[in-house]
Amino acid sequence: MTGPPAVRMRGVRKRFLDVVANDGIDFDLHPGEVCALLGENGAGKTTLMNILFGLLPPDAGTLEVWGEPVTLRSPREAIARGIGMVHQHFTLVPPHTVLENIVVGTLEVDPDAPVWQLSVGEQQRVEIVKALYRGARILILDEPTAVLTPPEARGLFKALRSLAAEGRAVVFISHKLREVMEVTDRVVVLRGGRVVATRQTAATDPQELARLMVGREVHTPVRRPRPAAGAPVLEVEELVVDNDRGLTAVERVSFAVHAGEIFGLAGVSGNGQGELAEAIFGLRRARRGRIRVGDAALTNRPAAEVVARRVARIPEDRIGVGLLMELSLAENLILETYRDPRFRRGPFFLASAVAGFADRLLADYRVRAPHRAVPAKTLSGGNLQKLLLARALAREPVLLVAHQPTRGLDVAATEEVHARLLELRERGVAVLLISEDLDEILALSDRIGVLYEGRLMGVVPAEEARVEELGLLMAGVGPEGPRA
Amino acid sequence: MIALRLERRHPLPLWQQAILPLLSVLAALGLCGLLVLWAGADLVRAYAALFVGALGSRFAVLETFVKSAPLILTGLAVALAFRAKFWNIGAEGQLYAGATAATWFGLTFTETPAWLLLPLLLLGSFAAGGAWALIPGLLKARLKVDDVVTTLLMNYIMLYLVSALVDGPWREPVSQWPQSPEIVEAAQLPILLERSRFHLGIPLAFFCAGLVWLLLARTPLGYAIKAVGVNPRAAEFGGIRTARVIAVTALLSGGLAGLAGAGELAGIQFHLMEAISPGYGYSGIVVAMLGGLHPLGVVLAAFFFGVVNNGAQHMSRVTGVPTYLVEVMQGVTLLAMLAALLLLGSFAAGGAWALIPGLLKARLKVGNADAARALSTLGSRMAGPPGGIDPSLHTLHGAPVSGSPGGDAPPDSP
Repeated sequence: MTGPPAVRMRGVRKRFLDVVANDGIDFDLHPGEVCALLGENGAGKTTLMNILFGLLPPDAGTLEVWGEPVTLRSPREAIARGIGMVHQHFTLVPPHTVLENIVVGTLEVDPDAPVWQLSVGEQQRVEIVKALYRGARILILDEPTAVLTPPEARGLFKALRSLAAEGRAVVFISHKLREVMEVTDRVVVLRGGRVVATRQTAATDPQELARLMVGREVHTPVRRPRPAAGAPVLEVEELVVDNDRGLTAVERVSFAVHAGEIFGLAGVSGNGQGELAEAIFGLRRARRGRIRVGDAALTNRPAAEVVARRVARIPEDRIGVGLLMELSLAENLILETYRDPRFRRGPFFLASAVAGFADRLLADYRVRAPHRAVPAKTLSGGNLQKLLLARALAREPVLLVAHQPTRGLDVAATEEVHARLLELRERGVAVLLISEDLDEILALSDRIGVLYEGRLMGVVPAEEARVEELGLLMAGVGPEGPRA
Repeated sequence: MIALRLERRHPLPLWQQAILPLLSVLAALGLCGLLVLWAGADLVRAYAALFVGALGSRFAVLETFVKSAPLILTGLAVALAFRAKFWNIGAEGQLYAGATAATWFGLTFTETPAWLLLPLLLLGSFAAGGAWALIPGLLKARLKVDDVVTTLLMNYIMLYLVSALVDGPWREPVSQWPQSPEIVEAAQLPILLERSRFHLGIPLAFFCAGLVWLLLARTPLGYAIKAVGVNPRAAEFGGIRTARVIAVTALLSGGLAGLAGAGELAGIQFHLMEAISPGYGYSGIVVAMLGGLHPLGVVLAAFFFGVVNNGAQHMSRVTGVPTYLVEVMQGVTLLAMLAALLLLGSFAAGGAWALIPGLLKARLKVGNADAARALSTLGSRMAGPPGGIDPSLHTLHGAPVSGSPGGDAPPDSP
């Protein structure tokens, strides 16, 4: 290797209250390489990179950039040294327009739109262009592909390869093995705040990486062949829904989800999934069309009625829409059932009944929490999702609408959510799975629909679905559209 | 890019929840001590006089209860509303609505026996205060109209209505200033302890605190109120009809403030007049915040301000420090509390900051004249000997002062 490494970190240590996020990490990054930083949530990847980007001061350890020892006290100092970072949680200034956030390159977003109106996926695209535009020589990407279509992800990978070929150094933070195998030269695996392994990508395989990352063997979900399709439970007909800007977000979408099947709805974020889910949840008005659950018409009915029809919901924005972060776990668990007579004696709550209900759910769903009385905000992301799942499924639902149910979860928590979805399917529940993770859609669904710009591009049985075909549908190339 | 690095704290342990208001009070006493010194008085003597005046005799203690009761009710009104993030800063107007209803009952039903009239009067006052709060409540729930603005402005509407009533149809002909005739004796809240003004409304205020505690801690409606306050979107998603909960909260909140009005009218004043409340509705905000939006905290905070309010007149007589110090102390306590809450990252503070502009408006609107007078009085205290207290200057609200003579003092003793 000629010349100094782009980055050399030695003995980096960072502690948050009682959690050691980085426990003496050594990390090198060389010019011309794409290096994966692989690990589960909480392994310390983002913390390490936040230290490199000047967002967090390390408790101990040294940092060299291009061979020069430095102390980065702020992102501004990091940017001045040619370090760019694209965050998981974006740092765009919401009220400003995209044009004000960057000088636009070629990106498929409306450059005059204020950022708050953009979907998560669109915002991320702006973020990536922003960092590239600043001419960073060291580029850190924190889970950048979560919201990209396969063709878009491939485009990004090509861009990353060419950036590396120019002699830049790229850090690719991810827990998606397929992408790591596809784009990186080298993999550094973190677990529990330590580096547990470093591998040349060419000399390893996904199974080994998964084992290193999780610390044990990983099981892929087992989906038994579909039993005979049951009666339709959710029926959506010619549904038209507007977004916050008053533009059509869902355009005459029709589909049905049957008892005992998982209907996967794929698509890149911002193609109407959010609006569709909210319309089904009763949180957004439908301009036209119908939504039925069983024999009940639920079009533009309040959420309370949807809940009463035993529709279980997992919203995309768990904290903003799903949970009461300041209230206790027990209070979160009874949100949909608090008026149930079994929780009451006269006009008052029957504390023992509430406590018993909460304790049973916390145990059944293995929510790791010291007590039912602690506020929800003390839980980790994975445990919050289990809390939501426990509440949603506690009432023997006939339909589950799950929007991005595993986004941001670690491998173990994802496994658990997948197992629950399959279990519901076995029990004859209709499941609508809305996800941007094509692997997840393919692994769980019986039938797959693709949303593109608010339109349902087609529905294919899972057995016949191929990634390439779905990718084309996600990019808007339909069966009747132009074919190569 | 990022100037502050705030790390979220774990939920506050109980002792910290109690220590915070205490520190705020100490900070306020300390800062106001500087004003006492500026007024040329001896700090120890002044504060001693304050507490002697409030707690130094049987009558003083009972008077402190008299002054605490309306603060308990307005404090509960504000605390309950804030729990649902209904920013009700209109307790003052709702109090007047309650007092007006009480007056109507006391002037209209001249033949009705007390056992029937009193419950009707209290219910009527509750309903009137509730209805007055329900208007901004519905505006917020249905049309998303800013509740800080509407509740605040509704105060002025109610105060001018009262002015119009006591200067018009209800004006007592024999009186030299605008006020209604005295309500019938059957409509007057009975005095429970002789040689005092300790009326039925005072235990009623404590009883209401217990009811609000039960409501919030033990009932489905209380749960819905908390859920809506914590995250309205999640509450709606979970099946709670948030618009309905906000409306009901507004109704209950206004009703509590209306009861405060009933207590003042039917327990103390017996005539409706512009100066029936020295800003109890606004003080209720301070009481609620200092009490941590908890009914027990509200009772304690209200008692503290009852002490300060009641003792201030004695302190003023003994040391010449003007009674305006009470208002300064309330303001400083609120600011200290908000600052502490913000630093500790409590959720209530986020919303409470939104109140500051409204509060400033409420205070300054009245206050330009009052503050100027307060400052000049402070100045004159440094120059000359203390004079009598002019109670008309004691008002916090924006009631028009035209035609309202000074010296319209409510009785200082029975």
